[in-house]
Amino acid sequence: MRHSTFFWFFLPTGLAMLLFIAFPIVSVISQSVFTPHEAVFVESENCGPFGCTTETTIDQDATAALREAKPLGQFVGLQIYLDRGHLATSEVAAAWRSTDSMGAFFKTINNLPFYRAMGFTLTYTFTVTPLLIILGFAIAVAVNSLHRHLKGLVIFFSLLPMIVTPLIGSLILFWMVDSRGVLGNFLQWMADDPDLSLKASTGLTWIMLIVYGVWHSAPFAFVVFYAGLQTLPQDTLESSRIDGATRWQQIRYVVIPHIMPLVTFVALIQIMDNFRVLEPIIGFNAEAHARSLSWIILNDLNGETQLLSSAATTSVLTILGVSILLSPVLVRTWRDFNSKA
Amino acid sequence: MGIMKNLMAATALATISASAALACDISARVNIVGNEFPAIQTVGAGAQECSGGEVKTNLTADHQKINLAGMQGNPAEYTSAIVANSSIVNLMNEDVIRPLDDLVAKHGADLKKNQLITINGKIMAVAFMANAQHLVYRKDVLEKIGMDAPATYEDMLAAAAKIREMGIMENPIGGAYKAGWNLAQEFNNMYIGAGGKFFKDGSAEASINNAQGVAALNMMKSLSEYMNPDFLTHDSNATNAEYRAGNVALMNMWGSRAATLTDADGVSQEVKDGMAIAGPMTVAGGSTPATTLWWDGWTVAKNISDAEAEATFIALTHAIRPEMLNDKTSTEAVWLIDGYTPTPAATGVFAAAQSGSVPYPMLPYQGLLHTALGAELSDFMQGKESAEQALADAEAAYTAAAKESGFLK
Repeated sequence: MRHSTFFWFFLPTGLAMLLFIAFPIVSVISQSVFTPHEAVFVESENCGPFGCTTETTIDQDATAALREAKPLGQFVGLQIYLDRGHLATSEVAAAWRSTDSMGAFFKTINNLPFYRAMGFTLTYTFTVTPLLIILGFAIAVAVNSLHRHLKGLVIFFSLLPMIVTPLIGSLILFWMVDSRGVLGNFLQWMADDPDLSLKASTGLTWIMLIVYGVWHSAPFAFVVFYAGLQTLPQDTLESSRIDGATRWQQIRYVVIPHIMPLVTFVALIQIMDNFRVLEPIIGFNAEAHARSLSWIILNDLNGETQLLSSAATTSVLTILGVSILLSPVLVRTWRDFNSKA
Repeated sequence: MGIMKNLMAATALATISASAALACDISARVNIVGNEFPAIQTVGAGAQECSGGEVKTNLTADHQKINLAGMQGNPAEYTSAIVANSSIVNLMNEDVIRPLDDLVAKHGADLKKNQLITINGKIMAVAFMANAQHLVYRKDVLEKIGMDAPATYEDMLAAAAKIREMGIMENPIGGAYKAGWNLAQEFNNMYIGAGGKFFKDGSAEASINNAQGVAALNMMKSLSEYMNPDFLTHDSNATNAEYRAGNVALMNMWGSRAATLTDADGVSQEVKDGMAIAGPMTVAGGSTPATTLWWDGWTVAKNISDAEAEATFIALTHAIRPEMLNDKTSTEAVWLIDGYTPTPAATGVFAAAQSGSVPYPMLPYQGLLHTALGAELSDFMQGKESAEQALADAEAAYTAAAKESGFLK
């Protein structure tokens, strides 16, 4: 391809990437190193239906002048990155000095919002991703062996969990697992414990979120693998059968190697998705038990007073986290690409 | 005869439309953002009776997530936000609402003095209703156990123990203890009732890790032992559902929700007949009730033309004129409007105001402390850490947020 052809071919994509990927990242990074100006307080008398009180309020004229002079706010460098709400460097150092066992150290660290969220986010990502790949593969193989008249219907039903909006899906399940709900009652009967409550236990809440995550994302893996199975080389499969390979051996030595690139692809997409887990936590009202990085961002933006710098900092940390998680897969893809070329 | 009839009907119609037009004539656009509960719906519909300019409303439970962004532009999308004493602070901090003194002088003759929210000598909002959390209980259940409506949280615990002991209900106490805003609000109530102060005098430095804070948390923990075990996921809606289902006999509930509490489908006659309202309770021998007083009112945006501001003021003043009160609207809220006569549903809020309850503080940094408490107290409620640790965590989370926002050095 000539360079000028490539340039015009790539221009629209390049512009879109600049506009919708590069600029927002620049904006988030700059927001994370600036904070609002120091507030200028005045004592004022405030009156309303319940009488008058003397209270602290913000001096609007003085604050407006500050904002006029420096519209971006004050530059604070990495201060927000290092404060208690994020990497909490001084709190971690203090915990290291004051605790005498690793267990006590981790217990103290787990009390800091960022590390607690990381704990859940990583557990969620690394249990949900492999489980959904296995389940998706199993469904794909099962559907592929069905009679062709049944396939369409079964594919449609297998896709349903992905079609349901995550927030709605988790809300419906949230009602069902209530201690007065259908599933909640069933579990109480199974466990023979009338006081069993999924929502009151951290461990059970984590399991519920993970099961929901697998249920919701397995159809994606299924569709990709099912498409891959349609390109399966029938000759290889047939010769393996003539050689007397069992069904399991056919899957292990023919099917899996054939769809391995797709497994990498699904893992890549799902690690990215699962690292940003948010909707199930909101839908299941699970913030008392499980918080993710995305939940922290939402909480900063949803409070009565918005914390834009804090939310921006957590966003940058999320981007860094995703990059670190994806780097092994990306390096591997790069190597494969080069060896083929 | 037929002609007479038509003529009369036409005259009547003309009179009605003429009086409506006379009552509210505006000349610019109005766009209102606010919460969605019935009283605010009534106010929104009232503003839409105006003619001469387009009146739009966006009444949603998510109003706090959009009102600031919708008023920061120039010109602002929303010409008015309906707020409460907690949420006006955010709009004040960002300087997006305008003083109303000149508009009140020109068009506000019908407004009462106590409706005007004055901050630093300037009128910043017009309040139209009051609200507070107070006791809602089942008088039939309390009769069965031979006790009066509890006046203190200690009495509430005793009553709950007796109800459980007699096997009437397993978890007789209801509470909006959902982790986040609700849990923090219940702590605020209890902490005020125990006589606590949120900040060091004259500073933005939080001071909640003290004896009153621990007492407040311990009382909340004791109450939670008589609640549905899922209490950390229950907001006001879920708590009301528990009450309607007859699972709860005692709860601290919002006045604005009490009036319509048992109006839903499927509520048994027993629950309907048994419902009763009383004032807020005290705690730990304190004399200040463990509750806060709230007002709801409207503001006018700063970044709009004077014509739009005037139209907004006229439309919303029309929406809360004394004539809007009737049998239906009177029950929706404790109106601060001239000519309002309290309905039985309002007794709890009135009792709260008369027994020396304090308003929710309008400090620029109160919202940050509220958010910090909402995120950090759930560990204590689950028994994962001590009260002191939870309060220290909340203080530390607040300090980090307040430093970022420029409230603390």
